[in-house]
Amino acid sequence: MHETMVAESLLATISTESTKQNAKPVFAKISCGMLNAVNDEILSFAFEAIAKGTLCEGMKLEIEHKPIQGKCKNCDETFNVEICQPKCPKCESKEFDLLPDAPLILEEIEFETE
Amino acid sequence: MKKRVDVGKKILIANEEYALRNSQLLSEQKKLCLNMISSPGSGKTTILCRTISELKDVIKIGVIEGDVQTDLDAERIRATKAPVIQIETGGSCHLSAAQVSSALENLPVSDLDLIFIENVGNLVCPSAFELGESGKMVVLSVAEGDDKPAKYPSIFAKSKVLLINKIDLLEAVGQVDFDIERVKADARKLNKGIEIFPISAKTGAGFANWYDWLKESVKNI
Repeated sequence: MHETMVAESLLATISTESTKQNAKPVFAKISCGMLNAVNDEILSFAFEAIAKGTLCEGMKLEIEHKPIQGKCKNCDETFNVEICQPKCPKCESKEFDLLPDAPLILEEIEFETE
Repeated sequence: MKKRVDVGKKILIANEEYALRNSQLLSEQKKLCLNMISSPGSGKTTILCRTISELKDVIKIGVIEGDVQTDLDAERIRATKAPVIQIETGGSCHLSAAQVSSALENLPVSDLDLIFIENVGNLVCPSAFELGESGKMVVLSVAEGDDKPAKYPSIFAKSKVLLINKIDLLEAVGQVDFDIERVKADARKLNKGIEIFPISAKTGAGFANWYDWLKESVKNI
């Protein structure tokens, strides 16, 4: 349900950028870490609902989920963490530090131009 | 014609700005602030009431209560005489940093040692919103099942402390299937440093270790 708040912030940011560009946005790419708990369908649905009647109406969203990364304490390897069986793929050590989860980022916007 | 523009902006930047402000205020005044997250009904308020009452001569505690509706929990906290601010989210599934910011303005922060933020009962959404807290803590009650760290890894990965509550129910053999060792192992897979305290807020079992950790953390903040 927190996707609604994400959608509201997203709409505000895209609207600001659109005013700057003086163009209609048609597509936006978002990225986020796996621990952000953002569901694609719910975010797209929430965004569609609140964008009605605004410049952003009808926009498509693409959400890229970035894996959680770990840094091995044994061999320093940085790797994507498998939540079920987390271990270093290089040396198989289970001793690792979890790196900070990637934040929710608005990567790019595609505008329609004349 | 179409054109692409790189933006690279954090979407939740407004929340993060408030979180940063809260965190600065708390660290300037050297206050410990724990963001308490769990499913509804895991015993957060009961844990708080017992902790506040039993530590009242040692640690001064204030509470920010988040609920979708009602101030029932705040009333229970008020009965312990601890200062409490209720935030009714009116449907929202988590607290935001802006809400905590205005709650902090209304709490007598300088008179306190420790502030608990009792987040909305939900294991998913609250874990995604920084509030400016010193750390997150997660409460899991045995009746919810021992598969929760595996199913909801985010909050277990991000928490400093895990309280496993209602362990008195485990004594009723055959009533609750709950493998404490599985929970500990699953939680530590993603979070080696997580402190785990099995407790019963009803009987008080296990609270001594929890209190030792709290006292130590308040001292070291």
